[in-house]
Amino acid sequence: MSDGLAIEASGLVKEFGDTRAVDGVDLAVRPGTVYGILGPNGAGKTTTIKMLATLLRPDGGSARVLGHDVVAEADAVRSGVSLTGQLASVDEDLTGQENLILIGRLLGYSRSAARSRAADLLDAFGLADAAGRQVKNYSGGMRRRLDIAASIVVTPRLIFLDEPTTGLDPRSRSQVWDIVRALVGDGTTVLLCTQYLDEADQLAEGIAVIDSGRVIAEGTPAQLKASVGSGALRVRLLDPDRREDAARVLAERLGVEVVREADPAALSAPAADGARAAAAVAALADAGAEVADFALGQPSLDEVFMALTGHPAESGAPDGLADREEAA
Amino acid sequence: MTAAETAAARRDEPELGEGVHAVLATGERPPRPSALTMALTFGWRGLLKIKHVPEQLLDVTVTPVMFVLMFTYLFGGAIAGSTGAYLQFILPGILVMSVLFTTVYSGVTLNTDVTKGVVDRFRSLPIWSPAPLVGALLGDAARYLVAGLVIVVLGLILGYRPDAGPAGVVAAIALVVVFAFALSWAFTTLGLVMRAPNAVMNTGFMLLFPLTFLSNAFVEPSTLPAALEWFVGVNPISHVITAARGLMEGGATGGEIGLVLAEAAALTAIFAPLTTHLYRRA
Repeated sequence: MSDGLAIEASGLVKEFGDTRAVDGVDLAVRPGTVYGILGPNGAGKTTTIKMLATLLRPDGGSARVLGHDVVAEADAVRSGVSLTGQLASVDEDLTGQENLILIGRLLGYSRSAARSRAADLLDAFGLADAAGRQVKNYSGGMRRRLDIAASIVVTPRLIFLDEPTTGLDPRSRSQVWDIVRALVGDGTTVLLCTQYLDEADQLAEGIAVIDSGRVIAEGTPAQLKASVGSGALRVRLLDPDRREDAARVLAERLGVEVVREADPAALSAPAADGARAAAAVAALADAGAEVADFALGQPSLDEVFMALTGHPAESGAPDGLADREEAA
Repeated sequence: MTAAETAAARRDEPELGEGVHAVLATGERPPRPSALTMALTFGWRGLLKIKHVPEQLLDVTVTPVMFVLMFTYLFGGAIAGSTGAYLQFILPGILVMSVLFTTVYSGVTLNTDVTKGVVDRFRSLPIWSPAPLVGALLGDAARYLVAGLVIVVLGLILGYRPDAGPAGVVAAIALVVVFAFALSWAFTTLGLVMRAPNAVMNTGFMLLFPLTFLSNAFVEPSTLPAALEWFVGVNPISHVITAARGLMEGGATGGEIGLVLAEAAALTAIFAPLTTHLYRRA
């Protein structure tokens, strides 16, 4: 069964003190695909990736990456994978060019070969103009692109991307998505951690939803969305005090359970039928709850979580902070 | 936005994917380099950091320069009868102090790497695992050299005269750099245990400050109360200062130098494996 899988994990466990950051994760990722790990902050995504990338030793279970055991054959795993960590894993004091030459030299390129490889990569990632600038002066998007470039100095068979678009503006985000598509188009397997359902939906062939260190759902994006209904109506009110009234109206009109989102003025509800949703929005105004804006679209991660776990995705500290605290 | 810039921006986006395909197709893995190449590459990284952030060098040299000036002109007359005689006595001590203070930064730098995330990249590469540490300390040795030279040059300007000549000075600096290299392993251990670069810096100086002052750098130990004199006698930093002084003025014994080298070896034997172990799990 292990034949041909790029990642095969069974029962992975990692404990930090009393906390089980990862509590029995199973994964099976086919080579040449993008696989998404979707979950809220502190769900255990980063810890899982770190175990698969040989940075953390599992406390239980086992994992094989590219056919090699992550503990017993860590070096063989490292020879085939690259990691783009959540905190951009580049040296901020050095220039973009120096960062890439550094990695090139460490992987065995000669001085001149490392230099020319760095130039090619900077070109390909639209960073040629910034080659000589210190990375601390890069924008978030540039830093992220450099980070991914550093991961493909030698073309990896598998790349781990940990929340590659968190904090990026929409344009940089779509650039990163282009890069991910290019990677997988060339046969590289991508394991993508993300908090964004639309990101997983755009890129991934399979998704595991994790919460509190466990996989709570697994499937294709379509299957996951089907599990929460095909679409959702999101409404933001002018006056948060009218939210309860508005929730009652929506529940009556749509005949579904209405979710009170973290934003005190926002509501959402599953809505498959656009006409019916529009009518419900119109009814809100009649009931005196003025609508600031509304949208009909894919279910949000909040809704997926609500549907799968019965509790909202916890927000708060960015995932990096939470996971770093676990790691400390 | 000018028309050219708009065109450039438009060109940028669709080509990103194409360019990436091209570099992916040409990224075949070269043969694995030797451990030495890897360590030297990390050493090069350390030198680049000095080039890009020269302030860090300033930080570590300003204090000792201040000490040379303050101690010589403030206390020189009172302690040694004349500023010239006191400078002659304290300069080797301040040389040692200046270089050893610099070692704290090895721990600070490593801690910064861990907190910023770049260590994750290094640890996921198929490289000899102590290479980032050994290399960083090799790069730091360049910093120790600069810190040492600053003090010697300042001393010469103020009138310090090493009786053993240039060869003695070179030997003294070399010995201090060797000891500093060994001591910096203690601070890299600290750098991996503590949670923030500033904490490393504070703790490092809290340890190093009393140790350098409770030595024979500034006063003759024979003038001290018995308990303190005993401590100064066993303090390894006193041993380094004695040897450095001997080398610069002539008359250093093989025993004095051997003791420093043995202490350096002991520090390395304890803290290098400890640092490596902690780094693997950082």
